[in-house]
Amino acid sequence: MLGFGDKGWGLALIAGALMTLAVSLTGLLIGSVLGSLIAWSKLSGHKVGATIGDAYASLFRGLPELLVIYFVYFGSSALLTAVGNLVGIEGFVGVPAFAAGALGVGVISGAYQAEVYRGAYLAIAPGELEAARAVGMHRLLMFRRIIVPQVLRYAIPGLGNLWQVALKDSSLISVTGLTELMRTAQVGAGSTRQPFAFYLAGLGLYLTLTFVTDRFFEAAEKRATRGLKRMHG
Amino acid sequence: MMSLDFIWLTFLRLIAALPVTIEVWFLSILFGGFVAACVTWMRVSGILPFSLFARLFIFIFRGSPLLIQLFIIYYGLPSIPFARHSFLWPFLREPFYCAVLSLALCTAGYTSEIFRGALAAVPRGQVEAARACGMSGFLLFRRIILPIAARQALPAYSTEVISMTKATALVSLITLWDVLSVALKIRNDTLITYTPLLIAGAIYYVFNYILARVFVWLEYVVSPHLRRRVY
Repeated sequence: MLGFGDKGWGLALIAGALMTLAVSLTGLLIGSVLGSLIAWSKLSGHKVGATIGDAYASLFRGLPELLVIYFVYFGSSALLTAVGNLVGIEGFVGVPAFAAGALGVGVISGAYQAEVYRGAYLAIAPGELEAARAVGMHRLLMFRRIIVPQVLRYAIPGLGNLWQVALKDSSLISVTGLTELMRTAQVGAGSTRQPFAFYLAGLGLYLTLTFVTDRFFEAAEKRATRGLKRMHG
Repeated sequence: MMSLDFIWLTFLRLIAALPVTIEVWFLSILFGGFVAACVTWMRVSGILPFSLFARLFIFIFRGSPLLIQLFIIYYGLPSIPFARHSFLWPFLREPFYCAVLSLALCTAGYTSEIFRGALAAVPRGQVEAARACGMSGFLLFRRIILPIAARQALPAYSTEVISMTKATALVSLITLWDVLSVALKIRNDTLITYTPLLIAGAIYYVFNYILARVFVWLEYVVSPHLRRRVY
């Protein structure tokens, strides 16, 4: 039943796991854009910007993830329907579940990533930035050559944690009907009436995903800090 | 025009569901803390089978989504005859107990790591000094290790407690009438999308805000040595 044959659900579950990977990764990327914008607004020293950034971060860290995902899914569909009615499209217009799900995971992840990036930026030695200015780099060049590589290096452990969170949060997208791992396990459980076997298989696949990607982040951290190790060791 | 009446009625219905959310939250933190203490003890016991079991427990409950754990317990367990005939069946039949059991086990996975980190942060010298004074066993644990470890654990533990409030929203998926599921029911019945979800969000947010304040106050109370001295 869980095999790969004609009647097996093996392939469907693997496809679900890949969809989980894809939607979590998209969510993490959306979160990294939002997170770096918030970190920037907090670091800029602008009062209004910092207040907005703070409000965003504390709001999305204080709300249940499931509620945020429902809100993004229903909310964006209602918005799209309203816009559709304005331009003459009748009836309900749904947002694709993948887009809504990735946006939901990303909006939550961004609130947490902001702190990771802010901490990483503050860990850059001020002398490095001064040196960059002294040799005449303008802001964008300095951002690309000096800030981004170092922020990423310091941010890897924090990002690794948030990746695990995004991976687990992505299971909540199953409520929108996207056939990721959780949803596939649900469908399999319903149509074969073997919920225990299917949810256990799903659990095993989630554990595999988190375990394997965790090793990947460990390797990335090792590689990114190889220069630091040489300096200290 | 969205009437104030509707907002007020929605608010009353959602507040009426808050006790369910709080009950699940409180019981799962209570049992989760107890399980976590046991798992931490096994993890640091130095007895190989125990510490392997604790590692496996932590790996499973931290490495997989709460939702699938909840579904295994609520939908999965009743499908195996063994569970149906066990003495636990009267509990596993009720979505409320399934929710508490599943949330407690999940939070125990995270909390036991917090406890382990706090234990590791107790300075060796303090324990040595206590031993030199002749304390051992339970007295050493109660007077020296526990107070220092509890203080160390507080910031991380407060994060876990707050994330548990958010986790209770998942019980809406196993037919419990908590704040979120009532909000979704109102949305379903009235086709008004934003208002019920926004009010539910406000309730969760205020609850978490109060929790965060309480923990800030607790941290202040238990760390007099870090305060600026007032002469």
